[in-house]
Amino acid sequence: MALGRKIEELKKKREIILLGGGEEAIEKQVAMGKLTARARIKALVDKNSFTEYDLFVEHDARDFDMDKKTLHGDGVIIGAGTIFGAPISIFAQDFTVAGGSLGAMHARKITKIMDHALKMKMPLIGINDSGGARIQEGVNSLAGYGEIFWRNTLNSGVIPQISVILGPCAGGAVYSPALTDFVFVVEKISKMFITGPEVIKTVLGEEISMEDLGGARVHSEISGNAHFYSESEAECFEQIKKLISFIPWNNLQKAKKFPPKDPKPEYNIEKIVPDDPRQPYDIRDVIRAVADDSDFLEVQKKWAENIVVGFGRMAGETVGFVGNQPLVLAGVLDVDSSDKAARFVRYCDAFNIPIITFVDLPGYLPGADQEHAGVIRHGAKVLYAYSEATVPKLTVILRKAYGGGYIAMASRHLRADYVFAWPGAEIAVMGPEGAANIIFRKEIATADDPEKMRRQKVKEYKQKFANPYVAAARGYIDSVIEPAETRKLLLHGIDVSGNKSIYLPNKKHGIPPF
Amino acid sequence: MEKKKESRQSTGDKKPRFKSLIIDGSKYRTYYNRKFENRKEYKIRDPYKIVSYIPGTVLKVIAKEGQEVHKGDTALILDAMKMKNRIVFERGAIVKAIHVAEGEKVPKDYLMIELSPVPGQNQ
Repeated sequence: MALGRKIEELKKKREIILLGGGEEAIEKQVAMGKLTARARIKALVDKNSFTEYDLFVEHDARDFDMDKKTLHGDGVIIGAGTIFGAPISIFAQDFTVAGGSLGAMHARKITKIMDHALKMKMPLIGINDSGGARIQEGVNSLAGYGEIFWRNTLNSGVIPQISVILGPCAGGAVYSPALTDFVFVVEKISKMFITGPEVIKTVLGEEISMEDLGGARVHSEISGNAHFYSESEAECFEQIKKLISFIPWNNLQKAKKFPPKDPKPEYNIEKIVPDDPRQPYDIRDVIRAVADDSDFLEVQKKWAENIVVGFGRMAGETVGFVGNQPLVLAGVLDVDSSDKAARFVRYCDAFNIPIITFVDLPGYLPGADQEHAGVIRHGAKVLYAYSEATVPKLTVILRKAYGGGYIAMASRHLRADYVFAWPGAEIAVMGPEGAANIIFRKEIATADDPEKMRRQKVKEYKQKFANPYVAAARGYIDSVIEPAETRKLLLHGIDVSGNKSIYLPNKKHGIPPF
Repeated sequence: MEKKKESRQSTGDKKPRFKSLIIDGSKYRTYYNRKFENRKEYKIRDPYKIVSYIPGTVLKVIAKEGQEVHKGDTALILDAMKMKNRIVFERGAIVKAIHVAEGEKVPKDYLMIELSPVPGQNQ
């Protein structure tokens, strides 16, 4: 009887807390076009799989009349559930409770689930929807952020960390997502910036809207801070689930294997790439032509589009694809594309995902803006990431591979395990036009018809050097293959590298150029 | 300006148009991306023009038109980012024109002071 009453009491308590900031605040949240934190978790995880922890946590702030305020769950929900059966730790900030502001206990709940995720070796998903630091709690709030950042770094490369920006995420708060592996943003809902429009107006006199400063499009197209963009929260959750299906639960495992599937017949690898290396095509079609079921999950789709990165499967096993994109800026490496590729390669390496690289690039983007923006140090990231990676590395040179770009794009010299080249591949220090202009400068200048001589010399150079056989003769590439053989040989490469192991000198960590 | 806005769409949702990009003498048919379209052309800095490196408010103008100034002299005080920044002359010169007044808000890269060489001095 007594216990029965206590159970009733518990139920009542739960009911109140589960309402978060109350019905009025929930209505406001919905009016902003947003789901509530609990609805988001429900939409994300397998049905009935979520268990919440720390429901009864309360803040202990005393200043500024905070002792008179009750903040249910202290503005954040933590717990664990499953996605496609994979265990997942989650925290979701509840904007209906004090604007999702981060106080000491709010932060302690987040760090608790982060520690839990690390201990149990499962992915962590953080849903961010917060006005920022809870000013009333002063330095305790800052301490909370610091504790989160420290754990983001500790967890990095051990468990996958995913950040979902479903509301404001401003000031210092942005650094937790920035330290995680993948950032998801949603049109009109996500807002991320270090200093907001008001501060910018006061200090600099510049007027800019929140959307133009740090909206979803800005971060997926201009800043590169976001990896996945969607039009709605529902679409965003589908993207997260898809990503989860491709990655392992932690760095000691491999991603879950799927039943192998052939690529779709509409992607005919023999008909995608034009012979002339100066003509464009979409490298994603090549990726789809070799990937299982032509399924490709592209990462950072609209930022630095001159390189394409993302996940697919080969015979059921997750692989990371990297490919120069001749469709945009002829597929050159530049500051942003180097950054994008290097980071993706490091992700794959940390989580035991083999890397398949498709090479077709004229080199680096020329320009004072590029040099001044540090294309040297950014370009070096690609070399570093590929050299450092110990997962199976398979490379296919489709057409051009010139100069430093050839070396950087997972060449044999950076310890690619297999390098294949198509018969039309041009592996050379530079393109035939540039090379002929330098080597035969005198002959061209003194000829009766310099233009004719130039064309002749370009042709000569092309025949002698702009082919895969010079590199094949040195063993720099393993095999010159027919385009139609590409998938077969990549599958072979994946099959035989299952037990790849490499002995490296003992070190604390390297010093990559970032 | 309008034209630039249109070209921003080049890799966006609208149908982009192929352009050419020349690298090492080879001409490639390709799309440009937004960053490339909006890149700033490099301009050699004119040492006889003092431009604001940051937006701010001119707090005090110390130099006077027609005055001969020396390297290290203060030209003006620019209040920006809650700091009173002393803008100094990087070389000896004659102040040809001052384009800002005390209390004036200036944007970034705004021409504040023009100089001319000191007659008879090799620069």
